[in-house]
Amino acid sequence: MKQVLSLLVRDQAGVLNRISGLFLRRGYNIEAITVGKSERVGLSRMTIVVEVEDNRAREQVKKQLHKQIDVIKVSDLTDRPMVARELALIRVSAAAQERSEINHLIEPFRARILDVGKASVTIEVTGGNDKIEALIELLRPYGIREIARTGLTALGREQLERSSEQEAAEASLV
Amino acid sequence: MAEKTVAQADDAAYRAKDERTGSEIVVQALKDEGVDVIFGYPGGAVLHLYDALYDAGIAHILARHEQGAIHAAEGYARISGRPGVVIATSGPGATNLMTGLTDAMIDSLPLVVITGQVGTHVMGTDAFQEAPIFSMTMPVTKYNYQVKKAADLPRVIREAFHLASSGRPGPVLIDLPKDVTAERAPYVRPESIDLPGYQPTTVPHEVQLKKLVALISKAKKPVILAGAGILHARAEKHLVQFAERTRIPVVHTLLGLGGMPYDHPLYLGMGGMHGLVVANRALYEADLLINIGARFDDRLTGDPLHFAKNATVVHIDIDPSEIGKIIPTDVPIVSDAREALARLLSYPLENADSEDWLNTLSAINERYPLWYTPDSHMIKPQEVIRLVHRLTRGEAIITTDVGQHQMWAAQYYGFQKAHRWVTSGGLGTMGFGFPAAIGAKLAARDDTVVAIVGDAGFQMTMQELALLKEYGLGVKVLILNNFALGMVRQWQELFYAKRYSESLLPFQPDYVKMAEAYGIDGYRVQDPFELEQVLTRIFTDDAPALVDIRIDPQENVYPMIPPGKGIHQMEGVSPSEAGTLSPRA
Ligand SMILES: Cc1ncc(C[n+]2csc(CCOP(=O)(O)OP(=O)(O)O)c2C)c(N)n1
Repeated sequence: MKQVLSLLVRDQAGVLNRISGLFLRRGYNIEAITVGKSERVGLSRMTIVVEVEDNRAREQVKKQLHKQIDVIKVSDLTDRPMVARELALIRVSAAAQERSEINHLIEPFRARILDVGKASVTIEVTGGNDKIEALIELLRPYGIREIARTGLTALGREQLERSSEQEAAEASLV
Repeated sequence: MAEKTVAQADDAAYRAKDERTGSEIVVQALKDEGVDVIFGYPGGAVLHLYDALYDAGIAHILARHEQGAIHAAEGYARISGRPGVVIATSGPGATNLMTGLTDAMIDSLPLVVITGQVGTHVMGTDAFQEAPIFSMTMPVTKYNYQVKKAADLPRVIREAFHLASSGRPGPVLIDLPKDVTAERAPYVRPESIDLPGYQPTTVPHEVQLKKLVALISKAKKPVILAGAGILHARAEKHLVQFAERTRIPVVHTLLGLGGMPYDHPLYLGMGGMHGLVVANRALYEADLLINIGARFDDRLTGDPLHFAKNATVVHIDIDPSEIGKIIPTDVPIVSDAREALARLLSYPLENADSEDWLNTLSAINERYPLWYTPDSHMIKPQEVIRLVHRLTRGEAIITTDVGQHQMWAAQYYGFQKAHRWVTSGGLGTMGFGFPAAIGAKLAARDDTVVAIVGDAGFQMTMQELALLKEYGLGVKVLILNNFALGMVRQWQELFYAKRYSESLLPFQPDYVKMAEAYGIDGYRVQDPFELEQVLTRIFTDDAPALVDIRIDPQENVYPMIPPGKGIHQMEGVSPSEAGTLSPRA
């Protein structure tokens, strides 16, 4: 199963290495990891998508992350309402006459052309995983030259965002 | 305006006066943490630091290999309960610490380890003696630092000691570039620690404790599994009281030995691969299993499928990530072991209804006691350990290396007291036992310290013999010499058709001459009738001694859970069954 985690971590040298090493050691494959500054000075937010075998592994992942000294908060968004987005840049071959067709094609995806070259265009799209995959499939016939994807970044929806204290208290009760 | 300038100038002058080098900050901070001994080895990257140590008045033990230094620090930590402090130089000095760090990590021993590093301006250029210690040690430390500014040192050292010794203890490493050890900065010991991501839960949840109390009153076949968490929390007295109040028998893990006195009527013995039949049977049949500070290591559980499969499992541990990791747990209790037990003891605890169970268990134990076959021509290792027990009244500090002798020591020593047992449990590190004894002796100068080692493992760190004479450390080294990598030989005998691939050591150095070369007394014993005389002699004083004890080279450790089998499938449980173990699963 796919587990989606949102972490608040101390913005320190080595923190990415610590977190990725933790998954590596347990043989879990990280599908995506994004890091950036958070709303709090000195703290970064990390979103991780990881493939785990079951709920027990999921619990272990959370506990191991909690145990990290640099991790301030762990939220498991896997089956909670969340907003999640990924940004993809897709460069497709496009002769001048194909461009308007491509424009029409990508419109429903709210994607847009960012850059136009002699023989290609670069498209920007934001969305969930499925939407991006779908767009890529639609563009494939034109000839995809390059793809760059950021990986998923996510936040829990407001009302259901819970504190790590609450989670810890629950963890000790479960 | 003018006033302010004067004040600023004063302030600057004051601070300049109080500024010291990074090395001096480290030394002062170590003193402020109460460090009384450092285990280390100098080199280029730590020359400034060693210069500051030169007249600092902190004892320093110059090991003969950094691995020796860190194992000694582990032994020190295990006995004193305080962090062992290690210093090594960059590159090879630091990489020589990897085994010890990993060992301390898995056995939860508090260490503060300082490694030199090349200067910040050449870091990452493959400079002389540069190794990426910060990233290399990340997975084998509880936490680690690379300090880039001397001004960070007061905070870092304060945090390092706090992290190493609180919560679930562990090794903390500080990688210290050479220029930082020369850079000047003020030193003030920080009053508080700000680690928002580190708040170990030490106090148990009342609701959970009440669930446990209710389970106890209903249990008919309860058992306590007590691990090293009991000892880290200094909760051994609470454990005894709790067992007595509830009438629940206790099984120890390898690392928990000493928590219950060996002759306590409610003590069943060690569980696990070479544990007692009765201890494993109790774990197998229990209807209530209360794990306190043990981590369900696979050497304890055997095939986890069969482990405590009918039991309601309660797990008290300070590290929430241990709970549910191996064995599904019904009642998790995140807490320091002493806090949890003290609170439980304050409740009106009812007995478990365990008298029938206790009778059944004692019948099992009568039927399947530990056994070995005495021999008038050859020394039996079990006899050596029993004799050491007798001569030291079960009160000595025993350290071991890894292998058969370790298991015999665990099975036969019989600990009267807690905090007397130093062994490498989780990592199983050969070469650990002897240097660990040196550290243990430094932590308990007045106590008898016996290093029980095998002939193979001893040869991994025996260069530390130099320390006994040099520092006047009366460690007694007993080599249980079977001319083999005994535990490997045993597995090859039992599971690989006696194909002794690289496990025999027909050539041995002359250990007696070696002891003499290092300025200490050396003995060799082969005759069972001389054993007592020699051991009696070495225990009459506090001088270092080494005894090469030639034991029966064919002796195996029994009973045992064969690899892949469950805790109820012990073999070699009696003389007639030994040697007929089933082939590898
Ligand atoms: C550093 C290291 N290398 C290899 C092993 C594997 N190993 C476990 S026990 C053992 C044999 C130990 O022989 P010895 O020290 O003579 O003790 P004995 O088993 O004979 O009592 C070996 C090689 C280990 N535990 N540690």
